[in-house]
Amino acid sequence: MDFLRPASWEEALAAKAEHPTAVPIAGGTDVMVEINFDHRRPAYLLDLNRIELLREWEVGEENVRLGASVPYTQIMENLRTELPGLALASHTVASPQIRNRGGVGGNLGTASPAGDAHPALLAAGAEVEVESVRGSRLIPIDAFYTGVKRNALQPDELIKTVHIKKADGPQQYSKVGTRNAMVIAVCAFGLALHPETRTVRTGIGSAAPTPIRAKEAESFLNAALEEGGFWDNGKIITPSVAKQFADLVSAAANPIDDVRGTAKYRRHAVGIMARRQLGWTWEQYRGTGRTLEGAA
Amino acid sequence: MAQHTRTVPAGTPTDVTQNHVKGGIGESTLRPDGTLKVTGEFAYSSDMWHEDMLWGQTLRSTVAHAEIVSIDTSEALATSGVYAVLTYDDLPAAMKNYGLEIQDTPVLAHGKVRHHGEPVALVAADHPETARRAAAKIRIEYRELPVVTDEASALAPDAPLVHEGRDDHHSGHVPHPNIVHRQPIVRGNVAEARKRADVIVEGEYVFGMQDQAFLGPESGLAVPAEDGGVDLYVATQWLHSDLKQIAPVLGLPEDKVRMTLSGVGGAFGGREDISMQIHACLLALRTGKPVKIVYNRFESFFGHVHRHPAKLHYEHGATKDGKLTHLKARIVLDGGAYASASPAVVGNASSLGAGPYVVDDVEIEAVALYTNNPPCGAMRGFGAVQACFAYEAQMDKLAAKLGMDPVEFRRLNAMEQGTLMPTGQVVDSPAPVAELLRRVKARPLPPERQWETAGEGADVRALPGGLSNTTHGEGVVRGVGYAVGIKNVGFSEGFDDYSTARVVLQVINGEPVAMVHTAMAEVGQGGVTVHAQIARTELGVTQVTIHPADTQVGSAGSTSASRQTYMTGGAVKNTCEAVREKVLEIGRRKNGSYHPAWATAELLLEGGKVVTDGGEVLATLADVLEGEEPVDVELEFRHRPTVPFDLRTGQGDGHVQYTFAAHRAVVEVDTELGLVKVIELATAQDVGKALNPLSVVGQIQGGTTQGLGVAVMEEIIVDPKTAKVRNPSFTDYLIPTILDTPTIPVDVLELADDNAPYGLRGIGEAPTLSSTPAVLAAIRNATGLELNKTPVRPEALTGTL
Repeated sequence: MDFLRPASWEEALAAKAEHPTAVPIAGGTDVMVEINFDHRRPAYLLDLNRIELLREWEVGEENVRLGASVPYTQIMENLRTELPGLALASHTVASPQIRNRGGVGGNLGTASPAGDAHPALLAAGAEVEVESVRGSRLIPIDAFYTGVKRNALQPDELIKTVHIKKADGPQQYSKVGTRNAMVIAVCAFGLALHPETRTVRTGIGSAAPTPIRAKEAESFLNAALEEGGFWDNGKIITPSVAKQFADLVSAAANPIDDVRGTAKYRRHAVGIMARRQLGWTWEQYRGTGRTLEGAA
Repeated sequence: MAQHTRTVPAGTPTDVTQNHVKGGIGESTLRPDGTLKVTGEFAYSSDMWHEDMLWGQTLRSTVAHAEIVSIDTSEALATSGVYAVLTYDDLPAAMKNYGLEIQDTPVLAHGKVRHHGEPVALVAADHPETARRAAAKIRIEYRELPVVTDEASALAPDAPLVHEGRDDHHSGHVPHPNIVHRQPIVRGNVAEARKRADVIVEGEYVFGMQDQAFLGPESGLAVPAEDGGVDLYVATQWLHSDLKQIAPVLGLPEDKVRMTLSGVGGAFGGREDISMQIHACLLALRTGKPVKIVYNRFESFFGHVHRHPAKLHYEHGATKDGKLTHLKARIVLDGGAYASASPAVVGNASSLGAGPYVVDDVEIEAVALYTNNPPCGAMRGFGAVQACFAYEAQMDKLAAKLGMDPVEFRRLNAMEQGTLMPTGQVVDSPAPVAELLRRVKARPLPPERQWETAGEGADVRALPGGLSNTTHGEGVVRGVGYAVGIKNVGFSEGFDDYSTARVVLQVINGEPVAMVHTAMAEVGQGGVTVHAQIARTELGVTQVTIHPADTQVGSAGSTSASRQTYMTGGAVKNTCEAVREKVLEIGRRKNGSYHPAWATAELLLEGGKVVTDGGEVLATLADVLEGEEPVDVELEFRHRPTVPFDLRTGQGDGHVQYTFAAHRAVVEVDTELGLVKVIELATAQDVGKALNPLSVVGQIQGGTTQGLGVAVMEEIIVDPKTAKVRNPSFTDYLIPTILDTPTIPVDVLELADDNAPYGLRGIGEAPTLSSTPAVLAAIRNATGLELNKTPVRPEALTGTL
C-alpha cells in the first residue's frame, strides 16, 4: 500500500487524478477500521491531514462552509447555533476520541446509511462542494447518496467543503442504538423547521439503502401547517397531524432486518422519533421550549 | 533438570515488592499494578517481545460443520518470510487433542471441522502481516455437513453425531451421544406435593450467549529452549491445567514446558480453556525461534468459549399462604462443538437450580448438548446464572399470582443456615438470604424524574437513549425489580481442589522480608494484594514480595469459581503459619534460655517482632533470623472434600461453600422505543470476611455490571441455519459503557463461615447472578410485559420482532 501525503489541496487533487483508486484518509476513524479488519486494502491511501483548509469553517450570510475534516468536537463546540441538528448528531458520534478526529467528510465519503451526520445534513439542506483537477462543482445533498455506500463523486474528485444552510428555525436529531453511548445507529432521524420558507425538511438514517428524506411526510406537514395557519398563529399541532406525519415518516423508511435490529422495529422507531421531534421543534418555534442551540 | 539458559523476553513479569506499615487483612491496600494499568505502562501478555521472534497466525474454518477434503499449504509455504505452516499432519505426538475434562478438542482440525472458527492450520512468519497473508493463501476444500444447532436437531432420529465413537466418562450414562452430560436432581415427591399447591406457575425462559469480553485478547510468547523444551509466557487462568494439556501434545515431559503468567487483561472464565498456548509452542519448537501470537478482537470471539445459552422450563407451586410446594425444572444448555467445562456447568445448573429457597419436593434435570454452535464453557456464574434468571422470574410470577409483595414472598421462602439443598446437602454456614433482600428493599429509592433540570430542558444522559437524544421524558416509565441468587464457591463434585503456596522469610538489609510464590493467575481479582496482606498479618512483616506466577511452584488451581482468595489465600495463610512455627523454633533454639515465655506462652509475630499473647516483646525477627538460612516452606492447602452427585438422584454433599447476593434494580424504560436506562442497582452480599474491602466492592460492582450487560445488550448471535457467528466485533457485540452503568450502592455483610480461612466467602460470581433477573424484573414492572428472554431487545418491548 502506498501512502500519499500531499502538502496542499492542489497536490491532493493532482494525486487523486493520477491515482483515482486512492482512498482519502483524514481522521481515519472509518478507513482504518476497514483496513484493520482487512475488509479493504486499497492500493493507495491519500492522507489529507496536511491540508489546513479542510479543517476550517466559515459562517456566511446564509450558509456555513464546513471543511470536510472539521472534527465533530469542533462542530459541537462552535456551531451549535448555526447548525443545531448537526451539532446534536455530532454528540452521538462514537466516543470523545473519535469525535476529536472524525469529520463530516468521512461520513460523506463512506456514504454508509448508518453515518450519523446524514439525517442532519438532509434536514438542514446542504450542498457538497467537490473538486478535481477538472474543476469544482456543488452536489445537492439530496443527489449525493446514490446507493449503499455509494455517492455521486467521480473517481478523481475529493470532498472539499460542505455548504450547510444556517438554521432559520429549530432543528432536532435523534439516534436509536441499543446502548446509551458509543453505539452504531439502528436508525436515526433528523428534522429541521425552516420558518423563512415555511417548510420542513427531514432526514432518515439507517432505515433505507441510503440516507433519505421523508418527502411525503414533509409535503403533508408543509400543507397541514400552511392550511391551519400554524406558522403565524403558533398553535399547538394537533395529535392527529403529528401522528400522520409520523406514519408517513415510517412509510418512507425502507429498512432491512439485520443483526442490529428488525425492519419492523426501525420503521416503528423512526416514526416515534419523528413525532417527538415535531413536538420539540414546534415547542421551540412557539418560543415556549428550549433555546435554539443544538446541545444535548 | 538439564541446565537451561533463559533469554528473558521484554514484558516478563518481575518480583513486585509492596511495603506497607499497615496493610494486613481487612485493610483496603491498593493494587501494586493499579497505577501502571491506568497509565498504560503495565506489560500485558500482548506486549511481550523477544529479539528474533516470529509471529504466529491461526487459520480458522469459515464453515461450522464440514469434512475437510483437502488442504493445500504450498503457496503459503512459498511466501517469502514464512518459516512454517502446520496442519494436523505435523502434530508431533500421539496425543492430538486437549480439553479441560474431556480431551475432545483437536489442536488442529482432523478431517472435519465442528464449529465456525475452528483452528485448521498455523503459520509462523517474520511479520504479522506476512503471516496473515500467508494463512489466507492456504486452500482448504470443505464438504459441508448438516448442522446441529439446538435440542431438536441434536436429538432428532437422524441427527448427525457431533462426536462419533465417544468413550469419555459421561458417554455411558447420557441418553444420546449429542448430550455431553445429564444430571437429574430428585428429592421428595413432586407429584404428591403438587396436590398441595393452590397456585402453579410455569415459564419457558431463554438465556442468550454471553461473551466474557475481556479487554486483553488472547496472546502469549513461546520461546524454544536449548534442552528441547519451551518457555511459555501467557495470559491464562490456570497455569498447571494448561500445562497438563500442552505437554502431551508437544510430546514433552511437563518439566520441559515452563510456564510464566504474563499480564492478564481480564478473564471471567474465558481463559480457562487453551487458546493459542499449544499453537505458539508448536511453531516455536518447529522453527527454533520464539513465536508470539496475539489475537485481534475479531479472532478473540472465536478464540475462547462463551457462556452457555440455555432454554429453561420451570414449574413451581405454592400454597395460598405463600409457601413453595414443589419445583419441576428442565434446563437445556448448549455446549457447542466441544465439551470444555460443560459437565461441571450441568452440575451447577442442576444442583443450584432451585435457588436460595426452601423447597422439599424437587425434580430438576439439566443437560448440555453437543451442537455445531461455538463451544461454550466457563463464564462468571457458571450455570448458576442461567438458573437464577429463570427461578427469579418464577418467584415474581408466583408473588403476583398470590397477590403478595415479591420481596416478602421471597423472604417467606428464603433458605437459612440448616436448610437442606435439593441435593440433600445441609447449608451449614450463614445463609442470610432474607436479610440481604430486606437490606436492598430498605434503601431509599432514587428520586423520580432525575433528568429534569432547573434551567434548560432534559439532561438526556439520565434518560434511556442517553446522548442519542431519543426522549426528553416522553414514554418513559420507571420500574423496580428484585432478585437474589445462590452460587457455590470452589471446585465441586469430588474434585481434588487444592492450592499451593511457597513462602520465604529472610532478613534483607536488616529488614525481615516475606516472599510469596504461587502459581495463582492474577486476572484482576486482587490476589496480588490479598497475598501480601495475609503475609503481613501472619508474619508481622511490612515488606512482602510477590513472585511472578509460574509452574516452578505447585498448582494454585484455577482463578475461577470465586475460589482464589479462599484457596490460594488459604494456602498462603497455611504456609505462613508453618513459616511462623519454624521461626519460633529457631527463636527457641537461639533465645529460649533467656526468657521462659519462649517455652510457655502463645507467641505471635507482630510489627517485625516475636511477641507473647500478652504483648511482651521477646526478640526482633531480624535478630532471630540473623545468620540463618531463609525460612522456605511450600505447602498444599485443600478445602473440605466433596462428593460427586448421584447420577440418578443428584444427591450428595457436592459443594464446598455457598455464597449469596441480592439486587434491587431501578430502571427507566422508554416504552415507545424500547430503550432502557438502568438508574440504580443496589446490592447486598455476604462476604464472610472482607480481606480487602475496596477490592470486594470493586468485584461486586463489576459482577453486577456484567449481569446488567446480558440483561439489556450482550449476546453473541449465531445464525440458526449455518451456525455461524454474526456479530464478532465490539461494534455489534455491545458491552456496557459508563453511561450504561448505574449507581451501584453496595451493602457488605460479614458473617463468618467457620470452615473457611478467616471466615471468608468467595465473592466474585454471586453479584453476576441476581443482577440480570433484577433488571428484567424492573423492566417487567415498568412495562407489564412477560419478557422471558435475555437480553431484552428493543423489539421485545415494542412488539416489533
